[in-house]
Amino acid sequence: MSVVTQRVARKGRWPEFFLLLLALGAGLLAYVLVHIGTGGEGLPGAFPTIVVAAVLIAGAAHLIIRWLAPYADPILFPAALALNGLGLAMIYRIDLADETSAVKSQLLLTGVSLVFMVATVALIKNHRILRGYMWLSLIAGIGLLLLPMVPGLGRAIYGARIWINVAGFSFQPAELAKIFFAVFFAAYLAQERDNLSLAGPKILGIRFPKARHFLPILLAWIISMGVLAVEKDFGTALLFFGLFVALLYVATERVSWIVIAGVLTAIGIFGIVQTVPHIQARFEVWLHALDPNVYDAQYGSYQLVQGLFGMASGGLMGTGFGEGYPTKAFAANSDFIIASFGEEIGLTGLLALLSIYVIIVMRGMRTAVHLRDGFGKLLATGLSFTIALQCFVVVGGVTRVIPLTGLAMPFLAHGGSALLTNWIIIGLLLRMSDASRRPASTDPLPPRDILASIPEMDKTSEPPPSHDEDSQLTQVVRIK
Amino acid sequence: MNRPIRQLATLATLMFIVLMVAATSIQFIQAPALNADARNARTLYREFGTERGPIIVSGESIAVSAPNDGLYEFQREYRDDGAYSHVTGYFSTVFNSMTGIEKAENSVLGGSDSSLAGQRLQDLITGSQPQGGAVELTLEDGVQQAAIDAMAGRRGAVVALDPKTGAVLAQVSLPTYDANTIATQDSAAAQEAWTALSEDPEKPLVDRTSGGDQYPPGSIFKMLTAVAMLENTPGLTPDTLVDAPTSWSPPGTSHEIWNPGQAACGDGSGQTSLRQTFVQSCNTAYAIGGVDVGADKMIAQAESFGFGETFHTPLTVSPSRFPEPESQAALAMDSFGQQDIMVTPMQMAMIASAIANDGVLMEPYIVKQTLTADLEPVSTTKPSEYSRPMSEQTAAYMQQMMVDDVVSGTGYLAAIDGVDVAGKTGTAELTGSDRHAWFAAFAPADDPQIAVVVILENDPGDGGSSAAPVAREIIRAKLGL
Repeated sequence: MSVVTQRVARKGRWPEFFLLLLALGAGLLAYVLVHIGTGGEGLPGAFPTIVVAAVLIAGAAHLIIRWLAPYADPILFPAALALNGLGLAMIYRIDLADETSAVKSQLLLTGVSLVFMVATVALIKNHRILRGYMWLSLIAGIGLLLLPMVPGLGRAIYGARIWINVAGFSFQPAELAKIFFAVFFAAYLAQERDNLSLAGPKILGIRFPKARHFLPILLAWIISMGVLAVEKDFGTALLFFGLFVALLYVATERVSWIVIAGVLTAIGIFGIVQTVPHIQARFEVWLHALDPNVYDAQYGSYQLVQGLFGMASGGLMGTGFGEGYPTKAFAANSDFIIASFGEEIGLTGLLALLSIYVIIVMRGMRTAVHLRDGFGKLLATGLSFTIALQCFVVVGGVTRVIPLTGLAMPFLAHGGSALLTNWIIIGLLLRMSDASRRPASTDPLPPRDILASIPEMDKTSEPPPSHDEDSQLTQVVRIK
Repeated sequence: MNRPIRQLATLATLMFIVLMVAATSIQFIQAPALNADARNARTLYREFGTERGPIIVSGESIAVSAPNDGLYEFQREYRDDGAYSHVTGYFSTVFNSMTGIEKAENSVLGGSDSSLAGQRLQDLITGSQPQGGAVELTLEDGVQQAAIDAMAGRRGAVVALDPKTGAVLAQVSLPTYDANTIATQDSAAAQEAWTALSEDPEKPLVDRTSGGDQYPPGSIFKMLTAVAMLENTPGLTPDTLVDAPTSWSPPGTSHEIWNPGQAACGDGSGQTSLRQTFVQSCNTAYAIGGVDVGADKMIAQAESFGFGETFHTPLTVSPSRFPEPESQAALAMDSFGQQDIMVTPMQMAMIASAIANDGVLMEPYIVKQTLTADLEPVSTTKPSEYSRPMSEQTAAYMQQMMVDDVVSGTGYLAAIDGVDVAGKTGTAELTGSDRHAWFAAFAPADDPQIAVVVILENDPGDGGSSAAPVAREIIRAKLGL
């Protein structure tokens, strides 16, 4: 039975404050444990500086959110911060073993990313503005995807051509592209959803769309497979295609799209596995990882299996920070950081980490459910689902659920482009959650200047009266 | 749009559940196997630092961890005469590898086995250094040593089993090596020893008892053919006359099979008792017998003895081979152990022990029990029946014929005063003039304490003259004579 209750909207800024303390505490504790676990005594030398810097930056971000997005979801920021902090601790731990200094750039980029997150909240006063940049987003997204193909700029690492070199730093533009694609997909589908859900012929009990509406999904498929074939980047292709199909389904509620997408994916993967040796080798490694021939082969399963060995040796409770041998695996601070965590904080710790991701994704989805505009719903869903999909591709690769790919684990892995992108996503979700949680009566519509920038708005009409039936207090309908 | 968003949220949750299940599978379910993988350097790293438990034979430690000032806290030390090197294997820090019992029982020796959880908890509470458990083997030092002495430096292998339980009493592969030379933490020395051993043409690293290249069994395979004939021919007894010409050509071929030395079998009439064909080791009788039984039933008989199966005692025993014969002629040759049959000495010892144990084949095992660091027993291997490859009647007939072979046949050099020794000689012809000398035996025939198989590689003598005396000395050692 459904019960209609009226609830006073809570801002949730104090819960966010306390969760932030927890998140900072987790990261800093991990830092100290790494120090002790690798043979250090007392507190690390840089500890006071790090604590002050962390508290200042996180505190400032918290205050700005209080000011600019007072109704924003209180869990997103602390959850992401906790992951970021733990990731930094693990990167530092790998640095100590490998005698590198990756953590310095990562720390710097964390600061920059937080600034971007805050800037996103500050500059995008209403997410609906983004709808106006539909085609620009598509162009930007495709442009970013193609950047690594530019001679002299792009760089192939381990067979995948997905990096660019700028001023001595390497970036994966595909990471940033996913925000643009999410914006484009959301805007396009919000606009075209009625067309796309038009009924067509019925085959095997499933109603399929009309032939001409196949074009967009075919296009998305061709782009994804092109990325896969040309840049040899399985993960990005899967990410974009998965994102598009998910949003297509949400927009149209037609199961037929999923069937079509599934068939297309199967055909595409089959075709590419047949023709591209690099991807073929990935499949071989995935299916026969422990086979001695595959293990010893060049580009064989050696690296993957080292990760498995690490996780197995971690067992249920882990070896403890600094007590394992995560550097036996390749890229222990980026592609295989999950294996490093599995080894040192055990299955228990790894499941906790994954649970934090689940929380972030679910808060994002919840934001989508409570948003009132189609574009916002699609964008919040898309961004949250991107995080889930990326986790699935990365962790699934390391744990042999799917073939291994080169994506970065959001927030944890060493790598600036992914970190930056995911913090911008958190910024967008914060902005949208502010809109979704904000009680209707306090601020029924965005300011006029914002309204003016929304193309669909009839610029001459007055804002609707703010005291009509629908915009009193937030109504929450609970199904019991 | 909320319904599909919720569905997508469910999908995302399911995706994470899949990941969590996969992580659980790796870190919990597959973890023991992954941790035991020889390629996993972590297992060694962790175990270099722990005190591994000893491997015990007849109350004496044949492998121990000794405190060490080197790179790691402990150095594994083995008995340096190499008597047990193929059994213990080695635990090498330099090569990140382990073999033999060191590998097969690593979880116990290293202390990570779940059966030692109580001890680990105790270590945790008392704060004492974690120690691995001990592994006690079924080998008997007296029997093992007698086998090595009797082999007198010749190349080959000995496997002795307790027919009633399947316990391995001796497992000797010669030439052997000193496991300490590989287990040392001195990287250069270990590397040098490894190169020397692996390039040695005599292949001391190969365990000839249960792996390696395997051997053609020659005439000791007639044990199996005789069992198949008795099982598949109603009314056949050792005294039944069977066809045994001086030479015989299998159907569809002009190839002639001769008895050893082109001698007549029995009185030369072309027919003689099964007993006579056995003690004289006539080839023609078994070529004809095997062809009459047929390929399918011969292979089925071999499989009932364990052919085609990998055994783990827990040392790995590679599967002995009886491939589908290409022709009647090939089957005829197979039937006296020549053509395509390749066996491990362990497999032949299992056949002898099944005959000795009245037709019941016990699964061979080499770990008697595992113990905690304080030598409290944790688990004891219970003997288990592998199969019943023949009836009790067939076993009784086989026992008679094998006793006769030692009393008045080719195996006479295995005879011991006052004991009924049962045996069968074999001489596997190789290309050129090379041949392997085989002897399979058990004793006492009426209450078997030991079944033993001896093989001497490329021996100038034959099964009767070279291998039978070795078996005799081993049986003596076991019976205390």
